[in-house]
Amino acid sequence: MATLYLAANRFGLGRRFDDPAIDDPKDWLTRQIGDYDPAPPALAGLAGREAIATAYAEYRDERQAMRREAAAMPMTEEEKGMDPELRRLLRSAIRRHYVDASAARLSAAVATSTPFPERLVHFWANHFAVSADKQTVVGFAGHYENDAIRPHIMGKFSDLLMGAVHHPAMLLYLDQAQSFGPASPFATRVRNRGKGKAPGLNENLAREILELHTLGVRTGYTQTDVTAFAKALTGLTVAGLGRGAGQRLMPADARPGETVFIGPLHEPGAQTILGKRYDDAGARQAEAVLRDLAVHPATAKHIAAKLARHFTGDVPPAALVDRLSADFLKTGGDLPSLYRTLIASPEPWAATPVMFKSPWDWTVSMLRALKVPAFGERQNIAAIFTQLGQPVWRPGSPAGYDDKVATWAGSAALMQRVELASRIAGRIGDRADARQLAPLVLADALTPETRQAIARADSPGQGIAILFASPAFLRR
Amino acid sequence: MILSRRSIILSGITVATAGALPHFAYAAAGTPKRLVFIIQRGAADGLATVAPTGDPAFAAARRAMADETMGGAKLDAMFTLHPAMAATAGLYTGKQAHFAHAVATAYRDRSHFDGQNMLEGGGARPYGRDTGWVGRLLTLLPAAERDAIAIAPAVPLALRGTVQVGTYAPSRLPQADADLIARLTALYQDDPLLHPLWDSAVKTQELASDIGGNNGRNGADLGKLAASLMLPEDGARVMMVETGGWDTHSGQRGRLAAQLRGLDQLVGALQTGLGSAWNDTLIIVATEFGRTVEVNGTGGTDHGTASTAMLLGGGLAAGGKVSADWPGLGAAARYEGRDLKPTRSLESVIAGAVAHHYALDPKRVMTTLYPDAYSRIAHVGAWSLAFSRPR
Repeated sequence: MATLYLAANRFGLGRRFDDPAIDDPKDWLTRQIGDYDPAPPALAGLAGREAIATAYAEYRDERQAMRREAAAMPMTEEEKGMDPELRRLLRSAIRRHYVDASAARLSAAVATSTPFPERLVHFWANHFAVSADKQTVVGFAGHYENDAIRPHIMGKFSDLLMGAVHHPAMLLYLDQAQSFGPASPFATRVRNRGKGKAPGLNENLAREILELHTLGVRTGYTQTDVTAFAKALTGLTVAGLGRGAGQRLMPADARPGETVFIGPLHEPGAQTILGKRYDDAGARQAEAVLRDLAVHPATAKHIAAKLARHFTGDVPPAALVDRLSADFLKTGGDLPSLYRTLIASPEPWAATPVMFKSPWDWTVSMLRALKVPAFGERQNIAAIFTQLGQPVWRPGSPAGYDDKVATWAGSAALMQRVELASRIAGRIGDRADARQLAPLVLADALTPETRQAIARADSPGQGIAILFASPAFLRR
Repeated sequence: MILSRRSIILSGITVATAGALPHFAYAAAGTPKRLVFIIQRGAADGLATVAPTGDPAFAAARRAMADETMGGAKLDAMFTLHPAMAATAGLYTGKQAHFAHAVATAYRDRSHFDGQNMLEGGGARPYGRDTGWVGRLLTLLPAAERDAIAIAPAVPLALRGTVQVGTYAPSRLPQADADLIARLTALYQDDPLLHPLWDSAVKTQELASDIGGNNGRNGADLGKLAASLMLPEDGARVMMVETGGWDTHSGQRGRLAAQLRGLDQLVGALQTGLGSAWNDTLIIVATEFGRTVEVNGTGGTDHGTASTAMLLGGGLAAGGKVSADWPGLGAAARYEGRDLKPTRSLESVIAGAVAHHYALDPKRVMTTLYPDAYSRIAHVGAWSLAFSRPR
């Protein structure tokens, strides 16, 4: 691999057809840290949290009506034989929010002049993954990335953690919105009334914060820590969605989709987590725990390893992990400092190992290379990534998508890419010239073999397909 | 029979003596004329499709591949049609097929990209035109005959112009074509990660999208689809069908036979599907350039210059003929010592056939379809002079 190609593809999202040439790769990347815009124009106009929450509530409340309506509507080929529940979901407003946000995410990635931070947005959204296979998450997934991740990637890691954990998508995805302190005033009241089962604790969010978001798995925390942390988190919930008893406790002025802290749901008293006692009252208790977790040495190592893997390959070099980890501890988790250390380190610029682009990365880089639109206006963007095996914001688990070569380099997956490249090439035809495009997008990674294969293509379209399916372009 | 240039002119294929031909009005309204342009992307080998088996230099130049056309229909004393084209041979007997040989566009280099651009755009140089000859032809047709469609995901250059054109592509993700797969196989050959992945992907892939695949049935399916789009009262009247896989640098014998079988079945299915409308249908089959006279070291042929174009349909001016101002295949007769020399312009073949089909004024057709060529030739005085070979 070669420096210019690595700058554009390993750090960036592929060279745009109109990007000026990169003369100093490190300087080019460093400048982007300052130029980063957390609210790019492509994302303007997406639905806000209130509209999304309302859409979800309507979706849920009106299922009966929708079922009747759906039965009367003609079905598309795709919908026939589909689970009726899924079909209803596809036609709902929350699904539309998801599809719109997916398309906007792609537009932003294709248009951006700061592709390195844009890649980091994708990286962090995947680190703090929510998954749209949960119906409550479908509508919120895009809002989550844009509202909880984007504004914080140039701050401290603790800001990012705080933003992610407090967003409705995360609270709903990891069941925090339904977690109640067992000794909270609310639970006690229900228990005393003796009607039904008293609401209780749900440890899901607490465990995943420790295991996935901060310390990392098997780093010494115990079940007692998980339970105590879960108790500290109680009281955090989302307004305008539930129909349970807790809704009566919602503040009158809470808007649908707003994250709220409801005191009567919170477990009273101090909690001891990782040997430290937290006396703080109410919402401040969980915040204090989160702030400590965000700067914990285990977190530093965990984040350093994950970031290093994303920019070097399956087995990140120990020296790079140690350097990033030390930087994290020294700066208290200052993210721009980590990015600068990464740029300055030799390891990400090494010729091997080479990473295989994820379907997302590959598609984005392809679209950035083309001046003419690769897809029709009515193309469902979300469907493309589902077909390629990486549905947007739907990794299926809170661990997010795996960041390894073997995850994406499969034989059927490769054929699917070639087919998509071929279809796009068919649309583009002679409106792009792969012979001119290849030196631009592959830069110093263009091999004589690929150059020759493109030059010998039997049509302009085939040349484009070969460029996008070339060994170099499939990698980063 | 080799037609002399004079008889070609009389057949109405060139427009050199337009004044001597009956005076054509613009297309009469209400005639249900149909036009299909089948492009062969990748440079189809005209010397194997319509083989000049009567040329004394042919067998020596083609060596082991000289018998590629063995068993094919004898078209005349000089030419043999490839045996994979049985239905087309039948059309020829019924005077519904015409082959124009040793033809080429004004393009004289050997890039597929540029060559196809000139074939479709009809300009005098690559990328000289951003509309296509079919697209410009539409402006000459009455509204009822202007409905055009391409079986492609996007409008190909040939159809672009001021008239809105539709496209139709089967909705499922099309499979990558066999030729692209073969090229990627070569490109991934030395890649330790991609080579095994690709190997197994290709094994599980049924190579079905080329017209030559599935023993020609893919071509038949495409022809059926094309006919179904053109037959209805409100259907398309002008159509472009794209075919790929003609770039036979290696293993030409089997590959070209499969391609031609697919093309033959495509044409056959169109004829069957169109029923009586076939009598008012013109099919033009053309490629961007031809292939070398000599066989290369890998059982194939490389990029050349002149090739063959086919005119098929129920109302041809000169059906059952091969027209060629045959240059010969001897080394001295070749273009740059290697290619079949172009002795006629493909543009004039197309314009002549189109003018006859729609009963349009040939000069008007020529200036509309090929404005650059016409203005350039106009200075010479006679269009055909530019392409006549010194005697």
